[in-house]
Amino acid sequence: MRGARFGSWLALALGVLYFLVPLISTLEFSMRMKRGEYSFEAYRVVLGDPRFQQSFLYSTTLALATIVIGVLLVLPTAYIIRLRLPKLRPIVEFITLLPLVVPAIVIVFGYLRIYNSSSFLPMTASARATDLLLTFGYVTLSLPYMYRAVDSGLRAIDVRTLTEAAESLGAGWPTILFRVILPNVRSAILSGAFLTFAIVIGEFVFASLLNRPAFGPYLQLVGANRAYEPAALAIIAFLVTWACMGLIQVFGRGTRASRPSL
Amino acid sequence: MAFLELENLSKSFGANVGVHQVTLAIERGEFVSFLGPSGCGKTTTLRMIAGFEQPSSGDIRIDGRDVTGLRPNQRNIGMVFQSYALFPNMTVAENVGFGLKVARAPATEISSRVEEMLQLIGLPQHGERYPYQLSGGQQQRVALARALAVRPTLLLLDEPLSALDAKIRISLREEIRRVQRQLGITTIYVTHDQEEALSMSDRIVVMNEGRIEQLGTPFEIYNYPRSRFVASFVGTLNTLATIVTDPASGRVEVDGQPLTVSGLNGAKPGDRLTFALRPEAISFRSPTPGINTLAGTLEEVSFLGSIVRMRVRFGENVLSLDTFNTPNEPPPSRGDHVTVGFAARDLRLLDNS
Amino acid sequence: MRRSFPLAWLGLLPFLVFAILFLLLPTAYLVIGSIQDPAGNFTLGNIAQLFQPNILSAYWISIRISAASAIIGGLLGFLLAYAVVLGGLPAWIRPTLLTFSGVASNFAGIPLAFAFLATLGRTGLVTWLLFTYFGFNLYATGFNLLSFWGLTLTYLYFQIPLMVLILTPALDGLKKEWREASAILGASSWQYWRYIALPVLWPSILGTVLLLFANSFGAVATAYALTGSSLNIVTILLYAQIRGDVLHDPHLGYALALGMIVITGLSNGAYLWLRARSERWLR
Repeated sequence: MRGARFGSWLALALGVLYFLVPLISTLEFSMRMKRGEYSFEAYRVVLGDPRFQQSFLYSTTLALATIVIGVLLVLPTAYIIRLRLPKLRPIVEFITLLPLVVPAIVIVFGYLRIYNSSSFLPMTASARATDLLLTFGYVTLSLPYMYRAVDSGLRAIDVRTLTEAAESLGAGWPTILFRVILPNVRSAILSGAFLTFAIVIGEFVFASLLNRPAFGPYLQLVGANRAYEPAALAIIAFLVTWACMGLIQVFGRGTRASRPSL
Repeated sequence: MAFLELENLSKSFGANVGVHQVTLAIERGEFVSFLGPSGCGKTTTLRMIAGFEQPSSGDIRIDGRDVTGLRPNQRNIGMVFQSYALFPNMTVAENVGFGLKVARAPATEISSRVEEMLQLIGLPQHGERYPYQLSGGQQQRVALARALAVRPTLLLLDEPLSALDAKIRISLREEIRRVQRQLGITTIYVTHDQEEALSMSDRIVVMNEGRIEQLGTPFEIYNYPRSRFVASFVGTLNTLATIVTDPASGRVEVDGQPLTVSGLNGAKPGDRLTFALRPEAISFRSPTPGINTLAGTLEEVSFLGSIVRMRVRFGENVLSLDTFNTPNEPPPSRGDHVTVGFAARDLRLLDNS
Repeated sequence: MRRSFPLAWLGLLPFLVFAILFLLLPTAYLVIGSIQDPAGNFTLGNIAQLFQPNILSAYWISIRISAASAIIGGLLGFLLAYAVVLGGLPAWIRPTLLTFSGVASNFAGIPLAFAFLATLGRTGLVTWLLFTYFGFNLYATGFNLLSFWGLTLTYLYFQIPLMVLILTPALDGLKKEWREASAILGASSWQYWRYIALPVLWPSILGTVLLLFANSFGAVATAYALTGSSLNIVTILLYAQIRGDVLHDPHLGYALALGMIVITGLSNGAYLWLRARSERWLR
């Protein structure tokens, strides 16, 4: 077994090297802005850039909207499938897997062809409507992850018994869904929410082709024109992703505790 | 010379001693059970024999050959696991033939041996099935066939029936013993179920906290337990706390009532001694000279159908006894005063009272 | 229950309407449009046009990059997962690696391109280190980050973690008893892997490699930020087409999209089928 252990350490070391070196390089590069010394100048420039603030704010707003709409769509659906219409599960699961199969660029291509100014639903006609279309696109992209998160959360609690208990106490379905079920799958929803946030913040294709001032296109623009700011942005993006994943772990612990030990 | 010899076998896990100085000799063709509660070291000992654990000290010899340093795949031992451990990607036939295949036996030999083994375990038509298509009992039989196909010199079974339903356990228990007798293979069987151990074994090794508490035939273990642990682990145990009154004539006292016992050498008047007494040795009796009797109060009566289980209190002692249901006579009630009797020779003095 | 039955369907309505409007309809529109000409007649002409040299070469490059990053990522990810699950490393390494893999598998897109530019670009840190301390001029050997192998290397950054994330539970599923049973039956370590462990694992391994393939095939942001339009992969081609109507024919664009859907669809379909198969065995 001694030989195996050496090989494992070697594999791990190489892996760590491959994954850390780009991060270190990026950090180093981002600090090179002031000639001859290391500084956080690039970060100051970036964070002070009004376009950074606007695009980040824009993407954050859309991300929140995506999360809300996503939960409103997914929670009742997952609940109904689990409790009342289990036979439709394969269809719904197929739908939630489609965004993973059909590339994002294809989906947004479809949007542009269907919902342009001359269609039955002219969503690209105005900026606001396009914002909405973009949000719906994000909901579609995050659908697989949100559905899987909520479904796991529902699986971990005894939905049937909770519902019957609430019904016997006279609750109607909105009450059951939002005041009984929702609080109990809160951690699962938060996991899905943070993943959605990470996806939306970094998303490029949809925002670029729908011509909206999101964070993704801003990143690409900076990359095309500036030297050191892109590296600073990459570090910022990495930290945001790390924060999202970390928060998933923190909140995911709630669901994990209610599952039997793996 | 015995077939399997364990000499001063020990295993420590850091500060914890899992197995302590186990010495044992098992004859060829014997069926020996390792019996004890969880954590007593029985599985660790078995795994050392198999080669999955390295002993901290001690030797293992099979048929005169020291195997302590050999790897598991060099020892020619068969093993059946609690979780069956059938290879899920192989059919039953492929599973059973696996040992022969890795030994590079010719294909004809493999297929005839597989057929033979499937006949032995009573599943001749199941060769092309996959493990997930079989029930738990069937999977375990296939596991047994797989272990035996390579003609091992020793068969090890690690709680093979624990994962199965009660009924299957009983039928499979008998089948394992039948197969073992037919092949005459030396077998070690690890279990925490004393009924299994008692019904299947030629000899039982009772273990506790890494040590052998007692080694003997089922009859010996059950009727002559040498320690409180063995007595209470195997079967139901009654303990009788007595005070010695006259060692010379073997007289002791329980709850102020006199009893005659044997084996009081070295005891002094006033000593406290504890005796073990099996429930089946006690019966209701009116006071009779020459037989020990005790008068007490009926504390609990449980009607279990064909058996009526009763607990009788004598001061600080409580004895449990069983009687058969008598259709014409309802059982006595709680609070009744009763007299029970038992022979002096049925009392066993416990070593560590 | 009977009364709430139609109510349940009603409850599903928003989801179904959304799915139809924003997922199924756009996809179907493109698929149908790919076999129509501008007049609306059915034709296979668009698909035939896919076989132009520059479009065919775009598909071919995309397939090669996706295959390279999937196979290499799959192999390296497997070795890493093996090291962490079965390699006898300290217990705390596993959750750390899995968390990092979760982050890295989402760290795709434009920031990833920036990171690799800062590492292996002409003015990147590693390039500079290799030259200054080892006298090794990376770019003199013909290596270029803005190329096939550069993009593949960059893609590995999210392919390897994805493999690790999916393979780790699969490796957990290898029961310790199988290894012991095979050993006591006389098998060597190599025989155990050849006859038992790899056959049990290969649906997961192959399936995940296919997933990696589809994942890479549909990616566009990283490639665009790294190579601009210089590397002619299908997603960039489609992107340019949508932006500037480069091909002057939306139906050809539909056909491009159809080709992509077919490839990623087959790949993912095979992944799901293989996953279901391995789950059946291990029930």
